[in-house]
Amino acid sequence: MYFLLSGQAASRTTGAVDDVMLYITAISLLLLVGVTVTMIYFVFKYHRKKGHKPVDIHGNIWLEIIWIGIPTILVLTMFYYGYLGYKTIREVPEGAFEIEAKARMWEWQFDYENGKSTDTLYVPVKTPIKLNLESFDVNHSLYIPAFRIKEDVIAGRINYLAFTADKVGTYDIACAEYCGLKHSMMYSAVVVMPEQEFASWYEVDSTKVEPASEMAENMETN
Amino acid sequence: MANGTIAVSEKSFYEESTNKHSGILAWLLTTDHKRIGLMYLYTISGFFIVGVILGLLMRLELIAPGETIVSAQTYNTFFTLHGVIMIFLFIVPGLPAIFGNFFLPIQLGAKDVSFPRLNLLSWYVYMIGAVLVLVSLFLPGGPIDTGWTFYIPYSVRTGTNVSLAIFAAFVLGFSSILTGINFVTTVHRLRAPGMGFFRMPLFIWSIYSTAWIQIIATPIIGITILLVILERAFGVGIFDPALGGDPILYQHLFWIYSHPAVYIMILPAMGVVSEIIPTFARRTIFGYKAIAFSSLAIAFVGYLVWAHHMFTSGISDTARIIFSLLTFIVALPSGVKVFNWVATMYKGSIDPKPPLLWVMAFIVLFSIGGLTGLVVGSLATDIHLHDTYFVVAHFHYVMFGGTGTIFFAALYYWFPKMFGRMYNIKLANWGVGLFFVAFNMLYFPKFILGYMGMPRRYFDYLPEFTDLHVISTVGSWLMGITMIIVFGNIFYSAFKGPKAPRNPWGGVTLEWHTASPPPLENFHEIPTVTREPYDFSQLEEMNDESK
Repeated sequence: MYFLLSGQAASRTTGAVDDVMLYITAISLLLLVGVTVTMIYFVFKYHRKKGHKPVDIHGNIWLEIIWIGIPTILVLTMFYYGYLGYKTIREVPEGAFEIEAKARMWEWQFDYENGKSTDTLYVPVKTPIKLNLESFDVNHSLYIPAFRIKEDVIAGRINYLAFTADKVGTYDIACAEYCGLKHSMMYSAVVVMPEQEFASWYEVDSTKVEPASEMAENMETN
Repeated sequence: MANGTIAVSEKSFYEESTNKHSGILAWLLTTDHKRIGLMYLYTISGFFIVGVILGLLMRLELIAPGETIVSAQTYNTFFTLHGVIMIFLFIVPGLPAIFGNFFLPIQLGAKDVSFPRLNLLSWYVYMIGAVLVLVSLFLPGGPIDTGWTFYIPYSVRTGTNVSLAIFAAFVLGFSSILTGINFVTTVHRLRAPGMGFFRMPLFIWSIYSTAWIQIIATPIIGITILLVILERAFGVGIFDPALGGDPILYQHLFWIYSHPAVYIMILPAMGVVSEIIPTFARRTIFGYKAIAFSSLAIAFVGYLVWAHHMFTSGISDTARIIFSLLTFIVALPSGVKVFNWVATMYKGSIDPKPPLLWVMAFIVLFSIGGLTGLVVGSLATDIHLHDTYFVVAHFHYVMFGGTGTIFFAALYYWFPKMFGRMYNIKLANWGVGLFFVAFNMLYFPKFILGYMGMPRRYFDYLPEFTDLHVISTVGSWLMGITMIIVFGNIFYSAFKGPKAPRNPWGGVTLEWHTASPPPLENFHEIPTVTREPYDFSQLEEMNDESK
């Protein structure tokens, strides 16, 4: 799958989620192949023919115990790994850099502590970020696929989303909760910058809105 | 059991009516559960075809980024209507109302359901709900565009006809509740002499479990819908934060019904599978009690997992962890069923006729759907995949690959009994094979799209998603062709098919002990049950009784 080819992960959460995905997918694949192959084998092996008498077997308590017991253990390990990955997603380190992320139909706005306001999210690399999510109207959801994270943006309450980007680059931000006519065009981007570069960008005293990222422009011209 | 059959009238339920009318009125005023089941079959299939056409149009729109055939607003109403029609008009009523109605009384050895008139009323209530959906399309304001989940605040703010459309869902809920009450009562009161609970066919067990969910869970969606209508009409602040309400409360109430509703959709399908496999393996079911009790377990635990639809909504971390754990638990009884079904083929005498082929397709597709459910039940992966195409793929594998496939399995299994005619077996085999290929082509790319980060309910998408969308759309065309073959075979054979014998598959549950099609009151003489449901040693004497 494509995440295996993408080299160094974009963020710590990317790796955490992909690992859980691989674990569950591998076990699921084994179970699926096991069930399918057994079923097809039985259909051929016990194909109806003359002189071949079926045997009535009403069940077997040991088999039932085994195929309740083993899957129980398997799904509990899946739950546990999912929980560990989730802890990585949700934990906000002390002193994380806080940004207010605001959504309205159909655009994003990012307000920084020093009064800067942009429609694209700029963050320094390797720095814990905490986004405080707020909606001006209906439900939205701030989704950064490259980091494998999202959280709904809901009017009347402040949800949060935390991440630490590991790799400089530009990543999509999508709206993942249906919000009406232009829901699918509510794209923005997170621009992960080297710390120095971010610092100089952050210090420049400008409250003007930066141009949208290339990706967002692409979407509009489509 | 049925000695002396020949002396009694040979008329089928098509030729004898419960009322004094003839022609169309004989159907519209009938209280015969078989005719009501058929009326459901015709209407529900009609809505299914409408839903399929909407799905094909959506896939066509998505063949390329940007606007292809319809505008964004039209697309948004398409996916809303596709969801509303497929869920409220097809899958929820589908198997219980059609096949439950037709076969529950026969398999119990009863003449009809407990409340035949209530049964007819349920059909009319269903039709009123369906007509309201249709009316909401054409009134000023335009068709509903909220998604089938009607999430607030959007559903309070949009100018489209939300109130009427959700009122239709409210009305349809009553049809569901009334049918549920009827079936529970019938199972308790009208079992034939000797038919203990553990001699009931497993289809009955599944319909019985489903009926309880219908009775207990449906009122919650009813009340929630009324509150939304009140909020839209009078600005009562229950859910809309602008009025002081809580949108998360709406999501809780919505899913407290709608998650158990998923089991309303799948349980009857599981019951059909438990009928078909023993018949075509010609041996008893493996783990009868395990299968019966796992239905009840699913019905019960299914109430306790609703918030896994809300892992990203901002509910507390503790709640997310508990609901994730419970979600993994509810996967277990479904797994138990799959293992027991496969074990039922062990040392059988297997004849892979079309109904069994449908069931084999089901086992693969439903397993994929169930196993990917583990991916979205796990917290870490769900945060990434929630509201993406991965979820779209997952629930289509469960709903369409699961219940939809079994809708066809049931139709192809019981068609000779319902219509007294047989379809073209070869064409039916082709239908299943094409269905399996088309299905995976249509829906599997969506798993990959979802993991790549394509959110659902998107009219437009990033260029890098194009290739997978094209594959999916081509798959939808193949699916369209398959549907024509699958329905065409049935439609043609209902009129022109060769006459079917009373027991074409060698089944042993009670419906195979009566004529094809059955007489008005199902049996000329109420049978006395002396055997367990899947005892195939009686096949030879059954051959005698049909002479």
